[in-house]
Amino acid sequence: MKTVSSLLDDHWYERYKKISKLNIRSSIYDVTNRCNLRCKGCFFFSSGEHEAAPEQMDIRHWDTFVDKEMARGVNLAILIGGEPTLCLDRVEAFYKRLPTFCATNGLIKVPRDRFPDMMIGISLWGDEEAERVLRGKDTFAISSGHYAGDPHVYYLYTITPRQIGQTERVIRKIRDVGLKVHMQLLSNDEGVDGFSWQPEELIAIRAEMDAMLDAYPGTVISSKYYHEIITTGKMLGRPFGWMECPSVTQPLDHRNPAPRRLANFIRWASDLQTMHRCCTSETRDCTTCKDGAAHMSWVMVNKRAHMRTTRDLHNWIEVYEMFAKLYQFLPW
Amino acid sequence: MAVETDLDQMILSIAQIMIDELKLEDVTAETFDPDIDLVDEVGIDSMDLATIALVLRDKYAVRIDEDDYPKLTTLRPISDYIHRKLSAS
Repeated sequence: MKTVSSLLDDHWYERYKKISKLNIRSSIYDVTNRCNLRCKGCFFFSSGEHEAAPEQMDIRHWDTFVDKEMARGVNLAILIGGEPTLCLDRVEAFYKRLPTFCATNGLIKVPRDRFPDMMIGISLWGDEEAERVLRGKDTFAISSGHYAGDPHVYYLYTITPRQIGQTERVIRKIRDVGLKVHMQLLSNDEGVDGFSWQPEELIAIRAEMDAMLDAYPGTVISSKYYHEIITTGKMLGRPFGWMECPSVTQPLDHRNPAPRRLANFIRWASDLQTMHRCCTSETRDCTTCKDGAAHMSWVMVNKRAHMRTTRDLHNWIEVYEMFAKLYQFLPW
Repeated sequence: MAVETDLDQMILSIAQIMIDELKLEDVTAETFDPDIDLVDEVGIDSMDLATIALVLRDKYAVRIDEDDYPKLTTLRPISDYIHRKLSAS
């Protein structure tokens, strides 16, 4: 029988043991249906999820809801939107109880006296030009001013096909303000002209992402295996899709055969009662979904499948470490 | 269904369940080390353990509390756990 230690040397085995018992159980929460930006390609608005349910306005319900979430085993709250910083009292309901990650466009600064170590991921859709085209303004100029040098912040850089050849300049800007960056790919749910990935573009951006990781290891939080998975849509020869995705809301998951999946995962709407199907848009074509977290999780829930070879298990460890760093279960 | 009450026999039976459910290769119930760490060495995760717990529940009519998973690090304490609950019932 292949064992972990038979595949790893001492250095890698120590790395494995630091993550093997983390047992991260995340769920995703729409904090609000509102946003202070309207970005082309944002799945939340393009798929009508902002109208799926009315917001729960009573903060006491948020407090009791988070207690119930913890009771069912959630140990990582991932807050998305709308724009969560529009409702900081709701964010605080999570933060004061359990490890919390808050996704934001960075236009409103999260007060650090109130949320001293909350991990914040700032969305970034490219350079100044791309940001203006897709989001109406250059958000980096504002968000970098709010968070420069903050050790609990990283940029979630959504790369579009037009960013090929441009990523280094963006990553240097992030490095120069003392922040980290994680890269993912635009799924282009709205079909914005020129922003859908072509096969040769995916090959090119994979090489560029690898090069960025090599050139800026202190800034880029990523792994080459993740780049491979997200650009090819394949893991160990298996294509990503509905029957493989791990990030499906458990009570709504009736797939047969049941794939390996995130335990107890739910994505909640902001009424705290309605469940969304999965971590992203229900209207998205799963075969072309580029959601970074879903692809990371896909690797993570398939550990034993990566015990074929030493290289495979190294890949699994690197992706798990990346996830753990992005959510503060491991230091940078 | 006949259920073994002998602990050694139970270890063999649960080892076979693990081999079948986890599709472990190059190991038999007899060669499965009951003290090998299931997470650190075999590489199982909480989903695997939940799957095995369901099979054990069907076979032995014993429910493994999810809060007890962290204690069940090898085949031996799992077998002890089932054996103890069966003896108490």
